[in-house]
Amino acid sequence: MARVVFPSNLMNYTNGISEVEVSCSTFRELVRQLNNLYPGIGDDLRKSAVAIDGQIYQDAWFEKIGPTSEVFFMQRIEGG
Amino acid sequence: MAEAVREFTAIGTRPIRPDGVEKVTGKANFGADFSLPGMLYGKVLRSPYAHARVKGIDLSEAKAMEGVFSVITSADFPKENPSDMSCNILAREKVLYHGHALAAVAARSQSIAEEAINSIKVEYEVLQPVLSADAALAEDAPLVDENLRTNGDESFMPSNVAATVHYERGDVDKGFEKADYIVEEEYRIPSAHQGYIEPHACVADVNEKGRASVWCCTQGAFEVRNYISEVLQKKISDIKVTPSEIGGGFGGKTVVYVEPVAVRLSELAGRPVKMVMNREEVFRATGPCSATVCRVKVGANKDGIITAAKAWMAYEAGAFPGSPVTPGCMSIFAPYDLKNFVIDGLDVLVNKPKVAAYRAPGAPQSMHAMESAVDELARKLNMDPIDLRLKNAADEGTEAPYGPKYPAIGLVECLKAAKVHPNYVNKPAKDVGRGVAVGFWFNIGMQSSAEIWVAPNGAVTIMEGSPDIGGSRASMCLMAAETLGIPYDSINAVIGDTESTGFCNLTGGSRTTFATGLAVVRACEDVIAECKRRAAMTWDLDTEQVDWENGFAVPRPGVNIEAEPLSFAELAKTAGRTGGPLVGRASVNAQGAGACFSVNWTDVTVDRDTGKVDVQAFTAVQDAGRAIHPSYVEGQMQGGAVQGIGWALNEEYIYDDNGVLENASFLDYRIPVASDVPMIDCQIVEVPNPSHPYGVRGVGETPIVAPLAATANAVREVLGFRINDLPMSPPRVLEALDNAS
Repeated sequence: MARVVFPSNLMNYTNGISEVEVSCSTFRELVRQLNNLYPGIGDDLRKSAVAIDGQIYQDAWFEKIGPTSEVFFMQRIEGG
Repeated sequence: MAEAVREFTAIGTRPIRPDGVEKVTGKANFGADFSLPGMLYGKVLRSPYAHARVKGIDLSEAKAMEGVFSVITSADFPKENPSDMSCNILAREKVLYHGHALAAVAARSQSIAEEAINSIKVEYEVLQPVLSADAALAEDAPLVDENLRTNGDESFMPSNVAATVHYERGDVDKGFEKADYIVEEEYRIPSAHQGYIEPHACVADVNEKGRASVWCCTQGAFEVRNYISEVLQKKISDIKVTPSEIGGGFGGKTVVYVEPVAVRLSELAGRPVKMVMNREEVFRATGPCSATVCRVKVGANKDGIITAAKAWMAYEAGAFPGSPVTPGCMSIFAPYDLKNFVIDGLDVLVNKPKVAAYRAPGAPQSMHAMESAVDELARKLNMDPIDLRLKNAADEGTEAPYGPKYPAIGLVECLKAAKVHPNYVNKPAKDVGRGVAVGFWFNIGMQSSAEIWVAPNGAVTIMEGSPDIGGSRASMCLMAAETLGIPYDSINAVIGDTESTGFCNLTGGSRTTFATGLAVVRACEDVIAECKRRAAMTWDLDTEQVDWENGFAVPRPGVNIEAEPLSFAELAKTAGRTGGPLVGRASVNAQGAGACFSVNWTDVTVDRDTGKVDVQAFTAVQDAGRAIHPSYVEGQMQGGAVQGIGWALNEEYIYDDNGVLENASFLDYRIPVASDVPMIDCQIVEVPNPSHPYGVRGVGETPIVAPLAATANAVREVLGFRINDLPMSPPRVLEALDNAS
C-alpha cells in the first residue's frame, strides 16, 4: 500500500490524521479514493502539488503509484 | 570564472542573444512604448489613508469634465464574489493601505486625467491601521478584514492570521537534549522591492463587440489574460494579450494592477486607454516581498551533527491573504538532513500593499535566519562553516523537511567546490570578515508550448510564449540548435501573443529554460521525425530505416542503399515537393524541475565611523544542472547576489506611524549600483537533472537566497557581534556599534 502524507492545511479534512495507506495504481485513483474517505478533500488535492517517490508534480493525474510508493501532498510552489 | 564542462556542440557556448541588438540600440519596445491612434490616458485615484471605511464617492465633477471619457470605481467591476485581486485593483467598502486604488479615469491627456482624479471627492471614516506582524498578532489588534477567519481554525473567530503552516519530524525536545551547543535567535527583515526598473504599463483597446486587446509588460501574457477574465468576468476568448519586452520583473510582474482597469475604461470610453504607473505608484501600491519575523533554535552535538531545530515565522501578507510563508517554512531547513524539527508559520494581514512574489518567494527571509544560526553554531564548535554544512548536508535520498526524498541534487557538490575554490582557500585580510551561507529553491515546471517553423532556406523560427527576462530566447535557440544539429545563427526565437502560440505559464519559478526549453526540444524532435519521414520517402525506405545525425538524415546502419545524407537545409529546400513546409509543435506539462542549491561567501569591511559596509569580494557557486548558456546562468547568479546584497545592506520599506511609505523613490530606497559591488565571481556546478533531456535545472531564484545570510555572517565576523535585523544600513550598524560599546 502506498504511504500518503498530508500537509497541515489539508488535515482539517482528515480529522488531524497526517498519514494514511492507500492501495491504488495512479494519482487519479488515489484522489478518488481519498475523496471517498474524506469527503470534500478532492478539490484541494487537485489544487495541490504532490511528490511521488521524490519527484514533484505540480499537476499530476495519470502518474503511476506503486505499492511501496511514498506520496506527499504539498502546496503548489510558485515563484518570482 | 570557471568554465562549465562542455559535452555538446551548441549547449554550453556563449553566443550573442537574438534580441541583443535591439536592446542595446534602444529599438526594443517596452511596456510604455506602445501607442494607438485616438488613445486616452488613464489615471488612478489612490487612498491617502492606510485603513479607512469608504463612506461615499462623488464622481460628478470628474464625469462632467471636458476631455474625460470614462470614470470608474469598483461599482463598475462585476459585483458578485469579487476576488482578492479585484478588491486590490479597486477598493470596495474599505481602503486597506495607503495608495490603495479607489477610482480611475480615462481622458484625452494626462493633465486632464490628473485634474479629473483630483476633482473626485471621497468621504472616509479613518480607522486605526495595523502596520506590523507584531501589531496584527496582538490580542486587541484592529482587524484588517472583519470577515477573515484563520484557515482551519474551528473557532471561526475573526483574525488577522489568514493561515497557519506546520511541519514536524521526530522528537525535537529529545533532539535538543542531545545537543552540546544551542543557538536561539530572532531575526527581522522588512519588506523589499523587486527593483525592476520598468514600471507597470499597458494599453487596452476594447472593440464594439467587447473584444479586448491588451499590450503590456508582464512575466506572463496568458496569466494576464486569465486575470482580466477573472476580474471582469469576460471570456478568455474575448481577450488577447501581447507581451512587450520587459524591463525586469523578478516576481513583481506576475500579477496585474492596471490592466483590468484599462480594459474597463476602454470599454466604457470606446477608445484605447494607456496606463503607466509612475515610480511612486509602483512603490506605494504594488506588491513588495513580505516583511518577516523568524525565530530559530538549532542544536548540535560536539561533532557538529545538528540534533534538533525549531522555527517560528510570521510573514506579512499585506492587506490580503497570500504571503509566501509556506515556501518559507518548506525551505528553511531544506539544505539539511534533520531527524528532529518543528516548523510553524503564520500568514498575517497588515495594512500595507498585498505582497507579491520576489525571486524564490519566502526563502531568503527564512533561510537568512537558519543560515545565521548555523554560522553561530560553527563559531561555538570552532568549525569551518562549510565543513559544518557538509556534515549535515542533504543529498540524494535525504528526506526534505516538507516530506519527499530528494532525487539527485547538487548541494554536496557545491559545498565541496566551494571548499577548494581559490577565493575560499585564500583567507581574508585583517579587518575583513568572511561569511558563508547556502541557498535553495524548489524550481517548478508547469505548462509550456512551442512551435517550430522551417523556412525554405533552412532557417528556423521558434514561436513560444514565455516572456524573455534573462536571455531565454538565446537558450531556446541553443537547445534547438543542439537538437536539430544546425547552426545557432540560423535560428530565431519569437515570443508570441496569446493568439499566436500555445499556452505558456508565466516566466517565473525558474521554469522557462526547463519547461519551455523542454517544449522546444520536443517540437524540434517533431520536426526531425518529419525530416526522417521525408528522407525515407526520397530514398524509398521506411521511416524506421532512417536516422538523424548532426543535422542530416542518414540511412540507418545496415540498410542497403547508396544514398548521400540529406541535410536539414536540403530537406527544407525541397519541402514543397515532399509534403509542404516543415513545422513542429509540442506542448508539455513539465514535471521534475529539480531543486537547485548554492553556496555563497563574501568578504566585507565595515567603516566604524560611518557604519557603512563595503562588500570587497563575493563568490557564488551554484548547481545549474546543465548550463545551456553559461553567461546567462552567471548573469542570474550575479543579479541575484547583488539583489541579496542590497536587501542585506540597504533596502527596506520605511513606513511612518500612519502607514505612509516614506521612501517611495529610488533616491530614498537605495538599490545597489555597479560601483557598490565587486565583480560577483561565479562557479557553475553541473549535476544534471534527470527530468530534462539536457539536464537543465532552473537557476533564476536560488541566487538571491544565500547572500542575505552570507553578508550578515561576514559583518558579524568583522564586528565580533551579530546584527540580527536587516538591513545592516549605516544607521543600524552605528547604533549596534554604540550599543556594543
